[in-house]
Amino acid sequence: MIPYLLRRSAFLLVSFFIAMVAIFVLLRLLPGDPSNALLSVTATPEQIAAAQAQVGADRSVLEQFSTWLAQLIRFDLGESFISSLPVWPEIAGRLAVTVPLTLMAFGLALVISIVAGLVSAIKSDRWYGILISGVSQLGVAVPVFWVGILLVSLFSIGLRWLPSSGFPRDDWAHPTDALRSLTLPVITVALVMSASLTRYVRSATLDVLGSDYLRSARAQGSGHTEALWRHGLRNGAVPVIAILGIELATTFLGAVVVESVFSLPGLGSMLLKAIQQHDYPNIQGVLVVSTLVVLLIGFFGDVAQRLVDPRLRVSLSATR
Amino acid sequence: MSAAVGTPPVVAPVRRSRSGTLIVGRVLVGVVVAVALLSLVWLPFPPADTTGTRLEGPSGTHWLGTDKLGRDLATQLMIGARIALVVGVGAVAVGAILGISVGLIAAFAKSWLDDTLSAALDVVIAFPVLLLAMLIVAAQGASLVSVIVAIGLAMSAVVARLTRVLTKRVLSEQYVTAARTSGTRWPGIVLRHILPNVWPTLSVSLALQFGVAVLAEASLSYLGLGAPPPNASWGRLLQEAQGTVVTAPLGAIAPGIALIMLVIGVNFIADGLRDVADPARRARR
Repeated sequence: MIPYLLRRSAFLLVSFFIAMVAIFVLLRLLPGDPSNALLSVTATPEQIAAAQAQVGADRSVLEQFSTWLAQLIRFDLGESFISSLPVWPEIAGRLAVTVPLTLMAFGLALVISIVAGLVSAIKSDRWYGILISGVSQLGVAVPVFWVGILLVSLFSIGLRWLPSSGFPRDDWAHPTDALRSLTLPVITVALVMSASLTRYVRSATLDVLGSDYLRSARAQGSGHTEALWRHGLRNGAVPVIAILGIELATTFLGAVVVESVFSLPGLGSMLLKAIQQHDYPNIQGVLVVSTLVVLLIGFFGDVAQRLVDPRLRVSLSATR
Repeated sequence: MSAAVGTPPVVAPVRRSRSGTLIVGRVLVGVVVAVALLSLVWLPFPPADTTGTRLEGPSGTHWLGTDKLGRDLATQLMIGARIALVVGVGAVAVGAILGISVGLIAAFAKSWLDDTLSAALDVVIAFPVLLLAMLIVAAQGASLVSVIVAIGLAMSAVVARLTRVLTKRVLSEQYVTAARTSGTRWPGIVLRHILPNVWPTLSVSLALQFGVAVLAEASLSYLGLGAPPPNASWGRLLQEAQGTVVTAPLGAIAPGIALIMLVIGVNFIADGLRDVADPARRARR
């Protein structure tokens, strides 16, 4: 396990570095000078030079990149061009919205999809089994923001149960208010995510149900439920756990999109605003943090998968 | 969105015959294609015509009513079909050309190059399509071309990885060894042996990616990062209709249904193609 962890950590570091280079290069290569964002149309040559010095555009790209990396290591993401506020505290504040939204949505999606996936596989000949799998097939074709729009029109504007948008100004000082604001966004993301997860759970369960080991267990006198519980769960969980990391990362990005439906002050709305204002430090900051989150989720997902599936450990150590 | 990464297992909801899935898929996609083609030669109203009353309900003149600027919704939807298909086809073309090339190079390459390419692909695949597309659109500015390039680039990694695995499998076959020993050069091997054998599985993945691309374009447009007006993308129509969802619900519902129709349609076609590519799967049902 230790050599695997070392190898996987090295891959994590290398991928993070490659991603940083990609983010930096892509944003520098674009036509237009980042310092333009700081200037008015009537700027004098002196002001232009000063602005370029401020954003570092007067130095070589390599020099800019090394400065940026050195700052990154110290958790310093620079200062916003527009507000001159440091980027990292702003991101940290917004993570307080995006992270709870992601985790709650993911948890809810898991619960929905495990129940729905198991029911639709075990009762695949009943009308509700067929209905569930039909709905999940439909669900993967539905854009997440559209679900948000429909839920808002029904529960906020129609029934007036929940706020349609926004987040309390004092963040989590009043947890009930904050939770009320997050309820609809969480349900939106969870519904869309559970569609694809249900399909994975369903297909894993169907594989287990058709397996020889389950038939053997039944033949040796185990009840259907007992056989499923003792033999099916562990085997069926493996392919599902394998995709959980990717699904969690997707949930995080779904949250980023849904934030703009509900005007939540999270990472997604920060990125959008930064893109519109050409606020490069903010764009880079959000992308760095989301990249890190996605890569870390992938890392822990892979490690978790090896922990539950001994076959992976054996086959890999035998080949290397 | 989930299909943005890898290919999720396609589970048939009902015991369907292969032809059933393909037929339904083709009809759904066919309707969208027909509407898009029709929009090239005929539209109920000129695209920028704002002469209608704002937020009018459906009527004989405006079949689906008008939006908050007084534009005819049916006209906008028809143009949206065009945009969705252009982005879908364009992104899949970019993703396929780039992905298949890189995949073939990796499969044929010496092991160090293969390892490097595979590791790089894993990094790109770890990024869901939408975030990559947002980065590229942020860098290049919002336009139809940058949306197509962005989504195509993002999906090319998935295509490349699949091509590499499938190609390696074909390369280990004896008929390829036979072809090599009899002096066939690699272009001949690629054209005669690899592409025909790889295509059935690859086409399923490309069809699924088409749906992913359409959804990604809608999300980008909804966020204001898509093709700028006058390109009436379904995603942007939904964004514009969001504020008037109660007074004019059709504006917020119709583009969503159009989107789902197209995506479900291509998913069904992919499902049908998969059964053709893998008869064993069909038999297992």
